[in-house]
Amino acid sequence: MSAAKKIGTQTIQFQFPPSIISTASIVGKKEGEGPLKNYFDYVLDDLHWGEKTWEKAESKMLKEAISKAIEKANKNVNEIDYIFAGDLLNQCIGATFGIRDLGIPFFGLFGACSTMSLSLSIAAMVIDGGYADYAVAATSSHFCSAERQFRFPLEYGGQRPPTSQWTVTGAGAVVLSSQGTGPYITHVTVGKIVDLGIKDVNNMGAAMAPAAVDTIYTHFNDTGFIPDDYDLIITGDLAKVGKEIAEDMLKDKNIDISNKYTDCGIKIFESEVQDTHAGGSGCGCSAVVLAGYLYKEMLKGNLNKILFVATGALMSPTSSQQGESIPAIAHAVTIQRTLG
Amino acid sequence: MEQNFTKQEYQKYVQSKSPNSPILKNIVMAFLIGGAICTVGQGISNFFKARGLSMEQVAGATSITMIFIGAFLTGLNIYDAIAKHAGAGTIVPITGFANSIVSPAMEFKSEGYVLGVGAKMFVIAGPVLVYGTTASIIFGLIYFFMKS
Repeated sequence: MSAAKKIGTQTIQFQFPPSIISTASIVGKKEGEGPLKNYFDYVLDDLHWGEKTWEKAESKMLKEAISKAIEKANKNVNEIDYIFAGDLLNQCIGATFGIRDLGIPFFGLFGACSTMSLSLSIAAMVIDGGYADYAVAATSSHFCSAERQFRFPLEYGGQRPPTSQWTVTGAGAVVLSSQGTGPYITHVTVGKIVDLGIKDVNNMGAAMAPAAVDTIYTHFNDTGFIPDDYDLIITGDLAKVGKEIAEDMLKDKNIDISNKYTDCGIKIFESEVQDTHAGGSGCGCSAVVLAGYLYKEMLKGNLNKILFVATGALMSPTSSQQGESIPAIAHAVTIQRTLG
Repeated sequence: MEQNFTKQEYQKYVQSKSPNSPILKNIVMAFLIGGAICTVGQGISNFFKARGLSMEQVAGATSITMIFIGAFLTGLNIYDAIAKHAGAGTIVPITGFANSIVSPAMEFKSEGYVLGVGAKMFVIAGPVLVYGTTASIIFGLIYFFMKS
C-alpha cells in the first residue's frame, strides 16, 4: 500500500489541510525596534524579563507565547491535544522548562533554527491524520542564552565578521486546528541533511543555503508548482550571504525565485542601523516572522500563498571544536489563505 | 539534487560571496584605540614614577591599575562596546586579559560560584596562561643554558 498523502520523493500533500487559527509572538528589545516591530504581540524591555537567568527568560517567553496563542484562539489549555516545540539550548530546556506547568502532552523536537517549520509540519501531519483537533507548534531563541552556549560571554570584547548573524530574541507559537477558516497548511516538503563542508560558524547562512536549495528544488519537483504560484518564498535565517547563495544555486537549476524571495533573517533587522551584520538567526527568527509578520499579512489578504522554509544548522559547540563541518536542514511548508 | 558543487568548489564559491572584514579600518581602529590604552598606561606609569616608586614597583602598580580599569569597564558593559571597534586594540593590552577573565566570571555566575564563576573564569584566558607560561619556561631554560 502506498502512502496516499505523499507526493514525489519528500512531500506531503494534506488531505484535510489544517488551519492556523491563531499565533502569538514575543520579541526582545532589538527586534522590537526593527522593521517588523508593529507585528509582534509583545516586546520585552528587559532581556531578563524579571528572571534570574537568560535560560529562564527564554522559557518564560516560550510559555507566554504559547499561552497567548491559545488564548487568542479562544481555547482552554486542556483543549490542546499536543505541543510540538524545541529550541537551541542543550537538551531543549527552553521548551521543556517553558511548558512544564502547562499540562499539555508534549513532543520535544530538535531542528535547530528549522524548528518552526519542523514543528509546524509534524503538528499539521498529526491533525491531518486525525490524531488531534488542536495542536501548538512553537519555538524560541534568546540572544544571550545562545551567545553563552555557542560563542562568548556577552561582555567579552570580540569582533564579529561581516558574515556573522545575530541570534533573535523571540518566541513564536502557532495554534493549528482541524477546523478553521485559514490560512491552511497544504503541503510540507521534509528536508534532508545537506553538508557541503562549511566549517565557519560565523557563516551559517552559507552552511545552510545548500539545504534550503535542496528542499525548495525538491518541493517544486514534487508538487509541480512553479515559483509564480507563490506570493512569497521565505527562508528562515540564511541572512544576506546565504540568501544570495540560495538564489544563485536555484538559478543554476533553472528555478528563478529572485522576485518572490526573501529571508526572515533579513526582514527582522535593519542590519546596517542595528549592527546585526548579515542578519538575524535562531529558532525565534523564523518563528516570530511567521507568527507576527507573515500570518498577519495573510489575514489582511496581502499574501495568499507562501512557502515558508525554516533552515537549521545542526552543529554543536563540541562538533565545531572537533573540526566538523556544519550539517544543515530545511523544511518547506506551504501556507495558503484559502483552499482551492 | 544533482550535486552541482563539490565541497571544495562550494567553499571557494562561498568565499567569493562572503564579504571580507574591513581590514584597513580594523587596523587603523586597533592602532588608535590600542595606542590610546597604551598611552593611558604610560601616563599611569609616569604618575607612579613621579610618586617615587622604584622601576619594578612602577611596572607592578601600572599593571594592577590597568587590569582594574579593564575589569571595571567590563563590569559596566563598556569594554565590549569599545572592543567592537578596536578588535586587537583591546584584546592585546593587559586590559583585554582582564576582560577575558571578568566577562566569563560575570556570565557564568548563574551556575554558582564554584561550577560557574570558579570553573568558567579561565575559559578564555586559560589557554593563554597555559601556553604563555609554558613558552616562558622553555625560553627561560634556553636562556639559562645559553648563559651558562
